[in-house]
Amino acid sequence: MSRNPGRPLSPHLTIWKWGPHMVVSILHRATGAGMAIAAGLGFIWWLVAAASGPEAYATFLMVATSWFGYLLAIGLTWAFFQHMFSALRHFVMDVGAGYELKTNKMGAVATMIGAVVVTLAIWGPILFRLAGGAK
Amino acid sequence: MGSGTGIGRVRGLGSARHGSMHWWRQRVTAVGNLLLATWFVVSLFRLPSYEHAAIVQWIGSPIVAVPLILMTISVFYHLRLGLQVIMEDYVHEEAGKVIFVLLLNFYAIAGAALAIFSILKIAFGGVPA
Repeated sequence: MSRNPGRPLSPHLTIWKWGPHMVVSILHRATGAGMAIAAGLGFIWWLVAAASGPEAYATFLMVATSWFGYLLAIGLTWAFFQHMFSALRHFVMDVGAGYELKTNKMGAVATMIGAVVVTLAIWGPILFRLAGGAK
Repeated sequence: MGSGTGIGRVRGLGSARHGSMHWWRQRVTAVGNLLLATWFVVSLFRLPSYEHAAIVQWIGSPIVAVPLILMTISVFYHLRLGLQVIMEDYVHEEAGKVIFVLLLNFYAIAGAALAIFSILKIAFGGVPA
């Protein structure tokens, strides 16, 4: 069947390309689920250990201040801000604003840039100090 | 459609019309999280020491213990709602969905209970600093 390629296609599930709005959408779920498990369990462990006494807390602190603990903390910091900025974008869209293509795309990109910038701003100085202290 | 038991009458009728409440509570707890979790994360990074005595003393203060408990409720309620939606979207077998949501409820309630009990124990002086 011949088709004029200049005509618009009807929406089709298999014809699409990635856009910032899709990345932010799936990141919102991924960071939410990740924090729900990793930060949730870490938070419970932290409190239960603190309530159990100095020895239990020392074990927690040992893991939390290992390289793995720092890596997890940096990842969770990014997830926290990605999820938060994306949520703020959701609040805007909940009132029916920000659906224009350009605004929507800019908002989506802004959440991702914002999350990385804030994470670097928080952890940059901490890691710098740690690296300096180790020498 | 059956006419006898309650479940027989409602089966196949569609949603229980609780969706908007789920949606609304997701937003309410989101605002709660925005305020409380921001306070928590900022406080955590500003703590002068992470040693046991310092943490116990910090949590023991009423203006820390109370927001910490409120945050625990808001966060665990929020993650229960959020993960439920994810499970409903990605787990397609009805039995699996029920089991996953059941486990999620156990996790959210048990986790929040453990956290709140620990905060209270510290706040009421049950942990020698």
